[in-house]
Amino acid sequence: MSATEIVVCRTGTANLASVFAGLTRAGGAPRMARDADDVASAGHVMLPGVGAFGASMEPLRTGGFDAALTARIGAGKPTLAICVGLQLLCRDSEETPGAKGLGVLPLTVRRFAETVRVPQLGWNRIDADAACRLLASGHVYFANSYRVCEVPEGWLAARADHGGEFVAGLERGAVLACQFHPELSGPFGRKLLERWIATPC
Amino acid sequence: MLTVRVIPCLDVDAGRVVKGVKFQGLRDAGDPVELSLNYEAQGADELVLLDVSATPEGRGNALATVAAVRARLGIPLTVGGGVRKTEDAGALLEAGADKVGANTAAVERPALLTDIATRFGSQCAVVAIDAARRQTGGWEVVVKSGKERTGLDAVEWAREATERGAGEILLTSWDRDGTRAGYDTELLHAISSAVGVPVIASGGAAHPDHLVEAIKAGADAVLAASIFHDGDFTVGDIKRAMVAAGIPTRMDDEDPGR
Repeated sequence: MSATEIVVCRTGTANLASVFAGLTRAGGAPRMARDADDVASAGHVMLPGVGAFGASMEPLRTGGFDAALTARIGAGKPTLAICVGLQLLCRDSEETPGAKGLGVLPLTVRRFAETVRVPQLGWNRIDADAACRLLASGHVYFANSYRVCEVPEGWLAARADHGGEFVAGLERGAVLACQFHPELSGPFGRKLLERWIATPC
Repeated sequence: MLTVRVIPCLDVDAGRVVKGVKFQGLRDAGDPVELSLNYEAQGADELVLLDVSATPEGRGNALATVAAVRARLGIPLTVGGGVRKTEDAGALLEAGADKVGANTAAVERPALLTDIATRFGSQCAVVAIDAARRQTGGWEVVVKSGKERTGLDAVEWAREATERGAGEILLTSWDRDGTRAGYDTELLHAISSAVGVPVIASGGAAHPDHLVEAIKAGADAVLAASIFHDGDFTVGDIKRAMVAAGIPTRMDDEDPGR
């Protein structure tokens, strides 16, 4: 079987080496998105994110990628958002006041409580809803200072605890959003990527 | 709940893992890719790769080493050694590092930490601090592989470095490094209670009890090199000691996935 092509959106200065390596190990063939049409028509699309909310959103807007992403997520096409990628699906974020996200999820991203180490760096236990088709329960690697705490209607979730419960992952059909880094979460993360890559276009 | 991290450290010189032997300099300890995958299989939560090359040629090899390890490794990779400018950090991240550590250059020019954090995010800006005990009490920052004392108070520098953007501290006790006498738990306690970011303990580990003590003193992660390279203990041995001490730890067999 040949590798599944995955079109990757450029967001800010995100370092993509780990994401490309992780997708490749899971049987994907990642490449950078050429333009918004590319994102609209691709079988599988991945939205990475490392860095700040506002700076990550800018290149999506200028390239017209935002509308293409919103449309394919609405249509339930295979789309994977990782870390800040999940946050970009939200309405806005405390990290960059005034900046608007894609608004697919009616949520505001907030900073972790002051009572715990921030950034959250390391492996945390996530527990997935029993009905999840992609997300599973186990330990995954996080590197984040911000998160969402509510699960929007129509989505299944995996939850974790860091100074209180937060949303570790969301799924709806072939759309998967991970606050953690599956590409850095060992065999557990690799299996999750394999399940997403196997979702039919 | 967040688990503690057990982090093997690889010193790399011109593309090979080396280890220091007292008074005999460095000797070859193996292939970085092979060793990295071995530690991942043992249950390592992260790897640190320190570039100890003394020459520009060696530095060039370090980027190739990072890329080769990244292609195969499925856990986070932190790289340090020789990071002088933001561009150095960028090159390491592009090669496949997830976090970048700065040490001497951050002391000389603390704005480096702000630059790295602004461009790539605080979560990938690690400040490596080498601290030595002062006769008068407290700890002083040392740089240039311990050759130079700075007069800078280690606790104050830790605080300033995080204010400037560092998202993690890799804290090495210069007094304990290589002694096998255990981590400096007083230093760990002083720094981890002074900052809000995670602290990685380094320097002095020889027995699983030492790593447990470091966590109890306030560290969020423990780094060790020779106890793993010498085959004294596996990462699994350390993790079983953590579990026995009641410390939240990621054990592979708990994660069947699906």
